[in-house]
Amino acid sequence: MATAVLTRWRRWDRPALHLLCALPLLILSVKGLSGDLGANPIEALVRGIGDWALRLLVVALAVTPIRRLTGLSRLAAYRRMLGLWAFAYVVLHLSAYIVLDQFFDWQAIAGEIRKHKFITAGILSVILLLPLAATSTGAMVRRLGGVRWKWLHRLVYLAVPLAGIHYLWMVKADTRQPIAYLVLILLCLGARLFHARHSRGAGLQ
Amino acid sequence: MIIRSAGGPATSEITPRRVWLSRRQWLTGAVAAGAVGMLVPLGRQARAGTLAGATKTRYQVEDKATSLEDVTHYNNFYEFGTDKDEPARRAPGLLRPRPWTVRVEGECAAPATVDVDDLIRSSALEERIYRHRCVEGWSMVIPWVGLPLSAVLDRFQPTSRAKYVAFESLADPAQMPGTRDRTLFPWPYREGLRIDEAMHPLAFLAVGLYGETLPAQNGAPIRLVLPWKYGFKSIKSVVSIRFQEARPETFWNRLAPSEYGFYSNVNPGVDHPRWSQAKERRIGEFLRRPTLMFNGYAEEVAGLYAGMDLKRDF
Repeated sequence: MATAVLTRWRRWDRPALHLLCALPLLILSVKGLSGDLGANPIEALVRGIGDWALRLLVVALAVTPIRRLTGLSRLAAYRRMLGLWAFAYVVLHLSAYIVLDQFFDWQAIAGEIRKHKFITAGILSVILLLPLAATSTGAMVRRLGGVRWKWLHRLVYLAVPLAGIHYLWMVKADTRQPIAYLVLILLCLGARLFHARHSRGAGLQ
Repeated sequence: MIIRSAGGPATSEITPRRVWLSRRQWLTGAVAAGAVGMLVPLGRQARAGTLAGATKTRYQVEDKATSLEDVTHYNNFYEFGTDKDEPARRAPGLLRPRPWTVRVEGECAAPATVDVDDLIRSSALEERIYRHRCVEGWSMVIPWVGLPLSAVLDRFQPTSRAKYVAFESLADPAQMPGTRDRTLFPWPYREGLRIDEAMHPLAFLAVGLYGETLPAQNGAPIRLVLPWKYGFKSIKSVVSIRFQEARPETFWNRLAPSEYGFYSNVNPGVDHPRWSQAKERRIGEFLRRPTLMFNGYAEEVAGLYAGMDLKRDF
């Protein structure tokens, strides 16, 4: 019985997770189209998508530590998918900023990247995530070779903290929430370092 | 909305003194009814009174006024929470705008603690349509009802030592859940003006908007409106006014002195570390519009800052 449930779950877990990841975007779109995003819908959309980008980045980062902690090896199968969903939200967040918030005012955008450090941190984070998304396919892993691929993907330890700092520096005064995200990010990073030190030869994975 | 060019209302449109006095009596009655109603839970809804008939003044703007819905549901009023929809959700059920007293003290010949309704009677009610520019880069156009700040301040006879005016908001943890944690923010909310800024004809004390009593989330029962400064200077739910010789400490300046100056005049040329101030999003519009020097009130207020380096004294 338990095995049957598990088998059935294994057939549906990935579609279910895809749906779950798409849900926030769906809700935001429906709210946006029905004029339900408040007095400043553009700000609500940019921030709403940004919130989910950061949440999914943290979730993707937590997959491996949680897998090691719980021994649920199946979790490994979700890591790439969660990472790519996080990246999709990152791209949407940036696009909403460029198209809806600034409406392609490239001069203003360049000024903001230069002058406002929270925007600088955000853009840097996106730039660092780009090669990770580009090399997410199995073919790219084979082309790069496992060792080089792993080295490249350690960029995530710069990109995700930068995303957290982007949020911290954006907040006006009540920094409790961004700090909570940063603590989670550091915990994930710490778990990886701990594992690397305590499993000889395995390196930082 | 009536848009009127300079020159003021036709005399025929000015409410006769007798009529507005009777309106005042009605208002006082409504307030008393509200006070009684507070004993009954249902009384809360009944308190919103209309202030219709406030004299229209030359303070009008060409731009379309922001909808009442947006003006009353997109508020920075951290005493009720840091999200912009929290004040509208929490303030109407929690804030008790009557009875309300304002303490006026410091460098003045006639300090007193006065009832807010007495304070409101200092001058005839006016409607003024002002631009409102938030430091966060958004703006609104709001039809306020209220009275000139100078008319109120004059009553207490500030002395020559009154170089500044300091204002304080209510910070009652029972009514304002945001003020319970005093480690995060230095409650009460404080603001300040130079005396010449406070006495400027544009400086306004609002007691209503859109012809209605000021909603709780907009700073009931009485708040400052300083249209040439960033919105956070326009302190809400005022309980204390103090004339003083020293420059007052202000809430946001204390939290982040590099981000929020004492003057905080709207200035498209001086960026906030977090936001560019060259443009703004008018609530209800898609494209950002250019921000005007002193929020479009340069003609009236630029003289107050003649000879000052506005990049340094931001």
